[in-house]
Amino acid sequence: MNADKAPPRKAGKGKFELDERLKAYQGVWVFIEHERGNVHPVSWELLGEGRKLADKLGVALSGVVLAAPGLAARRFCEEAFFHGADNCYLMEDAVLSSYRNQPFTKGLTDLVNTYQPEILLLGATTQGRDLAGSVATTLKTGLTADCTELNIDMENRSMAASRPTFGGSLLCTILTLNFRPQMATVRPRVMAMPDRDSARRGTIIEHPLGLIETEIVTKVLQYIPDDQQDKPQLPFADIIVSGGRGLKNADNFQLIWDLAMVLGAEVGASRPVVQAGWVELERQVGQSGKTVRPKLYIAAGISGAVQHRVGMEGSDVIIAINTDPNAPIFDFATYGIVGNAMTILPALTQAFKQQLAVAKMAS
Amino acid sequence: MHIVVCIKQVPDSAQIRVHPVTNTIMRQGVPAIVNPYDLFSLEEALRLKDLHGGRVTAITMGPPQAEAALRKCISFGADDAILVTDRAFAGADTLATSFALASAIGQINKTHAVDMVFAGKQTIDGDTAQVGPGIAKRMNLQLLTYVSKVDALDLTTRTIQVQRRAEGGVEVLTTQLPCLITMLEGTNEMRFATMENMFRAARYQIQVWDRVTAGIEDVTRIGLKGSPTVVSKVFAPQAKTVRAEIIQTEGDEPRDLTLTLVAKLFTQHPKLGETIVRRAA
Amino acid sequence: MATKFDAIVVGAGPSGNAAAYTLAKSGLKVLQIERGEYPGSKNVQGAILYSDALEKIIPDFREDAPLERHIIEQRLWVLDDESFIGSHYRSDSFNKPPYNRYTIIRAQFDKWFSQKVQQAGALLICETTVSDLLMDGDRVVGVQTDRLGGSVYADVVILADGVNSILARKAGFRPELRPGDVALAVKEIHFLPQEVVESRFNISGDAGVVIEMVGKITKGMMGTGFLYTNKESLTIGVGCMLSDFKKQKCSPNQLLEDMKAHPSIRPLMEGGEMKEYAAHLIPEGGYNAIPKIYGDGWMIVGDAGMFVNAAHREGSNLAMTSGRLAAETVIELAAAKKAFTTKNLALYRNKLDASFVMKDLKKYRNMPQIFHRNPQFFTTYPELLNKAAHTMLTVDGVDKKTKEKQVRNSFKQKRSLFGLMGDAYKMWRAFE
Repeated sequence: MNADKAPPRKAGKGKFELDERLKAYQGVWVFIEHERGNVHPVSWELLGEGRKLADKLGVALSGVVLAAPGLAARRFCEEAFFHGADNCYLMEDAVLSSYRNQPFTKGLTDLVNTYQPEILLLGATTQGRDLAGSVATTLKTGLTADCTELNIDMENRSMAASRPTFGGSLLCTILTLNFRPQMATVRPRVMAMPDRDSARRGTIIEHPLGLIETEIVTKVLQYIPDDQQDKPQLPFADIIVSGGRGLKNADNFQLIWDLAMVLGAEVGASRPVVQAGWVELERQVGQSGKTVRPKLYIAAGISGAVQHRVGMEGSDVIIAINTDPNAPIFDFATYGIVGNAMTILPALTQAFKQQLAVAKMAS
Repeated sequence: MHIVVCIKQVPDSAQIRVHPVTNTIMRQGVPAIVNPYDLFSLEEALRLKDLHGGRVTAITMGPPQAEAALRKCISFGADDAILVTDRAFAGADTLATSFALASAIGQINKTHAVDMVFAGKQTIDGDTAQVGPGIAKRMNLQLLTYVSKVDALDLTTRTIQVQRRAEGGVEVLTTQLPCLITMLEGTNEMRFATMENMFRAARYQIQVWDRVTAGIEDVTRIGLKGSPTVVSKVFAPQAKTVRAEIIQTEGDEPRDLTLTLVAKLFTQHPKLGETIVRRAA
Repeated sequence: MATKFDAIVVGAGPSGNAAAYTLAKSGLKVLQIERGEYPGSKNVQGAILYSDALEKIIPDFREDAPLERHIIEQRLWVLDDESFIGSHYRSDSFNKPPYNRYTIIRAQFDKWFSQKVQQAGALLICETTVSDLLMDGDRVVGVQTDRLGGSVYADVVILADGVNSILARKAGFRPELRPGDVALAVKEIHFLPQEVVESRFNISGDAGVVIEMVGKITKGMMGTGFLYTNKESLTIGVGCMLSDFKKQKCSPNQLLEDMKAHPSIRPLMEGGEMKEYAAHLIPEGGYNAIPKIYGDGWMIVGDAGMFVNAAHREGSNLAMTSGRLAAETVIELAAAKKAFTTKNLALYRNKLDASFVMKDLKKYRNMPQIFHRNPQFFTTYPELLNKAAHTMLTVDGVDKKTKEKQVRNSFKQKRSLFGLMGDAYKMWRAFE
C-alpha cells in the first residue's frame, strides 16, 4: 500500500462513528491454512495473537477451515480449539481438497458475508497472500500485509496493524476504519506460538460451499514435492549465526559457517549478502526474507537496520558483532562486541569450542 | 496474443551504500527503478511473445516520473507503454490501485483484447502482493501467483499450464485464459536490451492517461477516498530500554572478549547453555 | 541495422552535455551514449558551477537549473595540526545578480542538464558502454557498444568519457593514466538545517561560502581540501595525488576523517548527518599531461583531455567550454561542408588556445611538478606560517622586535636562506 503517500490521518480524533451496518460485524477469525494434511504453523501463531485481540474486544475467536470432507478437516478444527479458538467455521467440499484461488475465495467470502467477523487474519504465505488479496478485493475492504504487530485501538474498537515502511527504515500503523472485516496477513514466526491445551473444546459451525467442479476453471494436475535434503530450515532453527556486509567478501563469510558448525546452528544472512550471491536466498533473514525466532541469534557484520531487525528481533538472545559502536543492532541486542568480525568470529568459535569441551568433560 | 504487464516505479532501497570508514548506511540520492519483481514477470511475458508472437503493453499507475520506468520496459522489448497518472490517485492503497489499473486495462481491452495480465509478485516498497490478485478479481481473470514456470500456452484452446510454488513443493496447474500471472523471483533473467530497442525506447512517446481516459468515473473508488486502509502514524522502531551489554576487557583482545562473552552467556542463560551443549553433542 | 548520426557524444557529464546540447540546438542529429544508469551517476564534483561557462551554452539556465547557493565569500585556509591562517574575500557585489558562481548538487544538476540536452533534440541512451571506436583505417567512423546490434556510425565522434577514458587509451590517443597525473578525491555531504548553515557561515537567503584548504590536512602529500555550503547541507572533501597516496600508503577516507576532526573544522560540521559519500579521480597533470585532443573524425573534451586547472580547482567550466568549442568546431565545419579531417579539426585546438582553457592551463603548466617535488609547501610552510601568526598574535610581554626576529629565524632555521630563496623562486615559477 502506498503508506508513504497517504498523509497520516488522526485516527480516533473526535468521535469516530462506525457505520451502523458495520456494527453487526463481530468476532476475530483466523484462516486455518493447510496443505496435504498439515496445518501451517502460522495459523496457530495467528490464533495465539487472535486470542489477545478477541479478549480485548470481548468477542469470540474462530478458526476457518476449508477442506475436503473427512477426518482431516475435523482434526484441523480440533487443533484450532487446542490453540485457543472458541469455534470453527467448517466448509467441507471435494473441490476444496487442494488449494485453488477460485473456490477458496468464494468459500471464504461467503462465510464472511454470512457470519460477519470484524477481523480476519491470514498467514502471509504463498497460499495466504494469494487468497487474502482476492478476498479483500471481493469484499471491498482493507487489507494490511506483513504486519509485525497487531493491537486494538479501544477508542474506536479498530485493529491497529503495524508494519515496516519507507523501505523498511520506519514503521507505520494502519487502520481500516470504516470497512469490515479488517483484514491482515502476518508472516510466519512473527507472532509467538501459543500453548496447546488438548483439553480445550469448541463448536463447529458448518456451511456449504455451493460450487461444483465444472464451475472451477483452474485444475491441479500434479504435485511435485521438493527434495528435502540440505534445505535450510531457518524459521524453526534454535540457533542461527548470521553474517552481513561487514564481512566484506564471500571468503570471509566462511567464518560464519565455521562458527555455525561448532554450534550445530543454521546459517543466515542479511539481504545485501544474499544479493551479492554469497549465500542462497533461503538464508535471507529480514523484512523480505525469513522471520526467525531462535533461542540464540549471532549477528556478525550486520548493522541492524529495520529491514533486518524485523526478521529477527523475536530471538531470545542476540549477540551482535560490529565495528561501529553506533550500529543500530546494539540498541536491541542482548550482548555486543565492538570489533572486527574477521577477528572476533574465529575467537568466538574457539571460545565456544572450549566451553563445550569443558561441558563435555563435566558431563 | 496481447499481454499487459503491470509495473511500478520504486525507490531503489537496495542501492544503499555503506561508508567505508564509519559503516553508516547512506540513502541520499537513491535513484528510482522498475520494481525488480516486475522484471521477472515482464521477461516471462516477452518470452511468450517471442514464442507466440503478439504484443506486450506495459502499464503503470504513478506520478509523471514513472515514465522512466515505462521507457525501461520499452527498451527491453515491450511494444507499448501507458502511464496512468492523475492527482486523484494520490494516497491510493492497494484496493484503490487495483481498481484504477483494472479500469485502465479494461479500456485497453476494448481496442485490443487482452489475453493475459502479468504483474510483479510484490513491490520492494510496499511488499503487500495485493494489487495483482486485486486486478484479477475485478477483471474476472484466473489468478496464478508464485508461478515458477510457464509450461505451455495453447492459444487455440486458450489454456495455459504453469508450475506454481507451494509450501513443500511445486504444483502443476492448468487454467483458461484470460488469466493473471505473478512470477516468482529468480525464475528467469531479464534480457539485455538491444541497441534497436534502446533507440526505440529513447524515441517512444509514452501514452499518458488521466482517470477519464482510464475509464474511471467514480472518484470515490480511487486515491485516498477509495482506500479503506489509512496510515494513522509513522514512527521509528522503539528503542529497547536496555541497550546491549557491550563486552569489554582490558586491551580488548578478541580472545579475552569472546571468552568473557561465552562465560556470561552460559552463566546468565543456563537453559540456553544446555541447548547449545545438547546441539553440539 | 546500422544507424548514422551527424555526431556521437560518448558520455553525459558536463563536457558531453555541453557538446551534445550545442550540436543538437544547431539542428544536427546527435546521439549521446552514457554508460551509467543515468546522466551523472558516474560523475563526482565538489561542486561549483561557473555561470560564465554555462551562460555561453544555456543563457537562461538560472530559470530552472537546480542551484544551491551563490557564492559571496571565498576563504583560503592554510592549516597546521590545530590551527589555520587564512584569508577571506567577501563582497557584496557577489551578492548582486547575475551571480558568478554557485554551489550545486551534481546528481540534480546533471539530471537537469541532461533534460535540456534531450529537449534540444539529442537522442540519449544510458546503461550502454562504448567498448571501441569503429575505424576506417585511421579515421574514426563510429562507435561499437556492448549491446546487440550496437554499432553506430557518425561523421564525428566526441569523446567525453571522463578522466579514465578507456576509449582514448584503447585508440592510442592517450597513454595509460599515470598516478602522477591524477588526484584521488573523496567527499561527503552532511545535512544540516538551513538556519544552522546560515548562522554558522554568516549568510542569509541563498548566499554561500566556499573554503579552500591546504596544509597539514594532506599529511605532506600534494593536495587540497574544500568545504562548500549548500542550501541544507555542507560538502566536505579532500584530494591528493594518486601517486602520493600509493607511496604514503594512506587511505583517502582516513584523511577525510582526520580533516573533519580538525578543531577548526569540526565545529562547522557539528550535528550534521552524513548522507552521501563519493570518490573520484581528478586530472592533475595540467598542460603537460594533455594528450592528442583531435584527429580524423574525433575530438576529446572534458576530463578525458585532462582539462583541469588544479591551481584554482576549476574543472567543470573547462569541461563545459571545451565541449562547447568542440561542438562549435563541428558546426562551423559542417556549415562550410568541410570534412572532419585532422587538418580541419585543428580549428578546435585553435579555439581552445584562444580561450581561457589553454591560456590558464599553460600558465600553470609547471605547478604540478613543482609542488609535487616540494612537499615543504604542504607541511613546513603551513607550520611556519601558523607558528608565525601565533607568535605575533600572542601578547606575552616579549617585545615585538624580538618576536619578529624569532619568526625570521624560524623560517631560516627550517629552510635556510638558500632554501627560502629557492622556494620563492619555485612559487614564482609555479604561478607564472
